[in-house]
Order: sequence, then C-alpha cells, then structure tokens
Amino acid sequence: MALQSLDIRRRSATTTPAPMVRDGATPDVAKLIDTTKCIGCKACQAACMEWNDLRDDIGKNTGVYDNPLDLSGQSWTVMRFAEYENEKGDLEWLIRKDGCMHCEDPGCLKACPAPGAIVQYANGIVDFHEENCIGCGYCIAGCPFNVPRISKKDQKAYKCTLCSDRVAVGLEPACVKTCPTGAITFGTKERMQSDAAERVEQLKTRGFANAGLYDPAGVGGTHVMYVLHHADRPGLYSGLPADPKVSPLVRVWKGATKPLALGALVLAAVFGFVNYVRTGPKEVEPEDELAAQREKEQIHG
Amino acid sequence: MADKSHGPDLILRHEPRDRVLHWLIVIAFVGAAASGMALFHPALYWLSNLLGGGRWSVILHPFVGIAMMLFWVPFARMAWSENRLQPYDRRWLSQIGDVVANRDDRLPDIGKYNAGQKLLYYVMVACMIVLLLSGIVIWRRYFAASFPIGVVRLAGVAHAVAAFVLVLGIVVHVSAAVWVKGSISSMMGGKVTPGWAWKHHRLWFRERIRSQGTR
Repeated sequence: MALQSLDIRRRSATTTPAPMVRDGATPDVAKLIDTTKCIGCKACQAACMEWNDLRDDIGKNTGVYDNPLDLSGQSWTVMRFAEYENEKGDLEWLIRKDGCMHCEDPGCLKACPAPGAIVQYANGIVDFHEENCIGCGYCIAGCPFNVPRISKKDQKAYKCTLCSDRVAVGLEPACVKTCPTGAITFGTKERMQSDAAERVEQLKTRGFANAGLYDPAGVGGTHVMYVLHHADRPGLYSGLPADPKVSPLVRVWKGATKPLALGALVLAAVFGFVNYVRTGPKEVEPEDELAAQREKEQIHG
Repeated sequence: MADKSHGPDLILRHEPRDRVLHWLIVIAFVGAAASGMALFHPALYWLSNLLGGGRWSVILHPFVGIAMMLFWVPFARMAWSENRLQPYDRRWLSQIGDVVANRDDRLPDIGKYNAGQKLLYYVMVACMIVLLLSGIVIWRRYFAASFPIGVVRLAGVAHAVAAFVLVLGIVVHVSAAVWVKGSISSMMGGKVTPGWAWKHHRLWFRERIRSQGTR
C-alpha cells in the first residue's frame, strides 16, 4: 500500500534509486513523547488499535500495569511502566510509550531482503509494506530497539507506521490526536527539537538536572523522540538503550559481505569457464587406455 | 552410453546408492542455494522464483536444507575413509599450476580422490555443520524467538558466510566435473574407463585392478 503522495527515500533490497523527484519539498517529521507529562492512561494504545483496526488477543494479568505485556503483530505500541526509587528514596513511576522509533538510519530496512517490504518516506517515516513481506524476520535482527514483530496470523512483520496514512493527508498520528495530557506531539523534526529544548529547560529549573532529549545519534537520530527526566540513564525507562546502533554483525552481513561474496562467485565461475576454453577439456587419450591396459597386464602377470 | 561400448573392462567408481544420494543432494542444493542466495543479495532476488516467490522461498528453504542434510550425511560417511589426506596430496596441491594447465603427466599418483576433492570434502563437512546449526537459530517460524538476539545476529552472519563458501566450493566442483571428461558420466552410470582411472587416480586404479585379480 504505497502512498503515492509521499516520496520514498529508501527502499529495502533495492539497488537503484527510489522514486524521489519531489525530494527536498518534504520536511522531516517527528513525534515527540514527553515522558514527564505521561500519566499512563493508555489512550494512545486504544487510539492505535482503533485507527489501525487492531485487536490483540486477550492476555493474562501478570501483576504489572503493562498491558499487553509486549509489542505484537496486533499491538504496535505499549506503555512500559518502570518503578524507580530515586536518590532521595522517593518512588518515580517512569512510563514510556514503546514502539517503533523510526530511525533515520533504519536497521530493519538495511537487513530486509524483500524488495519494497520496508520503505522510508521522504519525511523520515519508516514503513513496512506487508504485501511485500516474506516473513523471514531479518528486520528483527536489524532493529536496535527490539520493535518489529512477526504476526502469528499471517507470518508477516508489523510495527508502528507513525500513521503514515494520516500524515500523508495532513493529519497527526492517532496517538497524538488522543493524548489527553499533551505528552505526545507531532510536527517537523526541527519544531519538535526546539519544543523539546524548551521543555528540558523547564524541567531543569524544576529539579531534573539531567533532563534531556532522546534522539540517539547512533542511528542517525530518530523520528520518534523522548523527553526524559533522566536522559543520562535511558535504561531506567524499561531498558531504553543508551547508545543504540545497528549491530556491527548486521552491518557486516548486509554491508560489504554482499557485493564481495557475489563478486567472488561470479569471478570463480568466469575463471572456470575461461580456463576450460583456454586449456581445453581434460580428455582421456587412446594412449592412456593403452597404458592402463599394459599396467593391468603387468599386475595380473 | 559408455557402458555398452566398453562392456566388462569398465571400472565401477560410484555405487548405485551413492549416485542416487549424490543427485538427491544436487536437487536439494539447487533449491536451497537459489532460495538462500535470493535473500542474500537483491541482485539475486529473481532466484526466489524457483521455489515460487519470496514467501515460499522463506517457507521451504529450511525444509529443503534439512533434506539436503539427510541425503548428505550417509554420502559423507561413505566418502570419509577415501578422503583422508595422504603425503602425495600435499605434492599434488603444490603442483596446482600443472593441474590447471592440463599437464597431468607431471602430477604424482593419487588415490580415489585428488587433494582438491578432499579439501572440498572437508570444506563441505564444516559448512554443512555451520549451516545446520545457524539455520536452526535463524528459523523464524519455529526457533528464532527462543534464542537471544545477539545469537540470532551471529547465526545470520555465520549462515551467510558458510553458504558462500559452500556455493563457491560447488562452483569449483561443477567446473571441474565439466572440465574433466568422464566425471559426469561416471556419476550418472557409475563407471569409468581403465584409461580414465589410470590417468586421474592411478593408485586407486592399481588397487581396483589388483582386487579384480584376486577374484
């Protein structure tokens, strides 16, 4: 379901340029999630289900607020609740809306072997096109945030689309629309960064000396960003990685290895053919048969 | 074809069971290699059509790989003893230039397999073990979720590297089979002429002739 009103910046498993004639006209967009304003109401989860027509299986109560417990093919965003006891001995409830971070340099797209199953639009949104997905799960290996999930229903990979369909027609994502505290906002990445900077200053005057914006450089920045009270320790927020990067193993596998290995195979085949043509086949001559006959007679006396 | 014209003189090189196994391995290899290489490089994605497209390639590839393993294990066990490296193999390898240039008369006498075939054998043993183990780890449908993500990533790389080495080895194997006349027909009908055995595998030729004499 390609949205033709959006240009494509990158396309998985494609070696020629993606359609991008309007490149430059589209600004980078971003969703800003202010964890300091989040009350954990899960309206964003409900809005996501509603807009995207998703209904996950009824789960089990595991004794924590996280519900569902994890992302799945049917749950593209979940709130993760962490209880943190700060230096003063006070409890802080750190709630993070988890889901695709829409990396500027997406590991999933890098790892994907199916042409056009993962695209990055010119506005930076990373989208899965499930009709091209072959269900191999390489995107899971490529993702530094543990986000993509293979659906048990159809064996295809799903994740947050950043409501690319809504954004394409000038609407904000469903979770943004519904958030009752204004913890989730959406706009150009530049605007979101400046809004975040303002908020971080505010937080610092209110005692959160380490407040900051989470826009990790290791993946080229992200199109979903967090304002964190403790930006020095993102791990407090249910294991948000401090310095996410596409694994070097995935880079090797989907980087230099591909052209080098293909080149070596082609070279080997060409060498075999050229050598055959140059030296001719290894044939058994009549004199070999005679020599064999002589030796046979010797052996048998 | 050659069987009828030469009759009783021919020497049996490949038992019927081994020939059947060999060609079953070939069929499975083609399916596994095509579907695997399709996912390795976008330039080869068209190979996914052999098994019916990308999704079918992902579904079938592991089963085809396991089929290849099942045919290959008895084949490799059969060939184990004949592939032990001998002193003359080192000499044969050092004269690889003579091999490539068809100066076979300068090469040392060797057994049933030459040093190149023996090396390919060990490369295949190593590759097949790596492919099986890493393949289970990255088999998304049934197993991948049970392994830590770091292990899955490592297995992905290991699978690709082992498959590359194996395919490269098979390119050499096929080139050599086309090049050395009489090889393909021996794997089809099982037999070679005495001259073929004398020219390419003289120690094995003598062994076979002696064993005929004791009959």
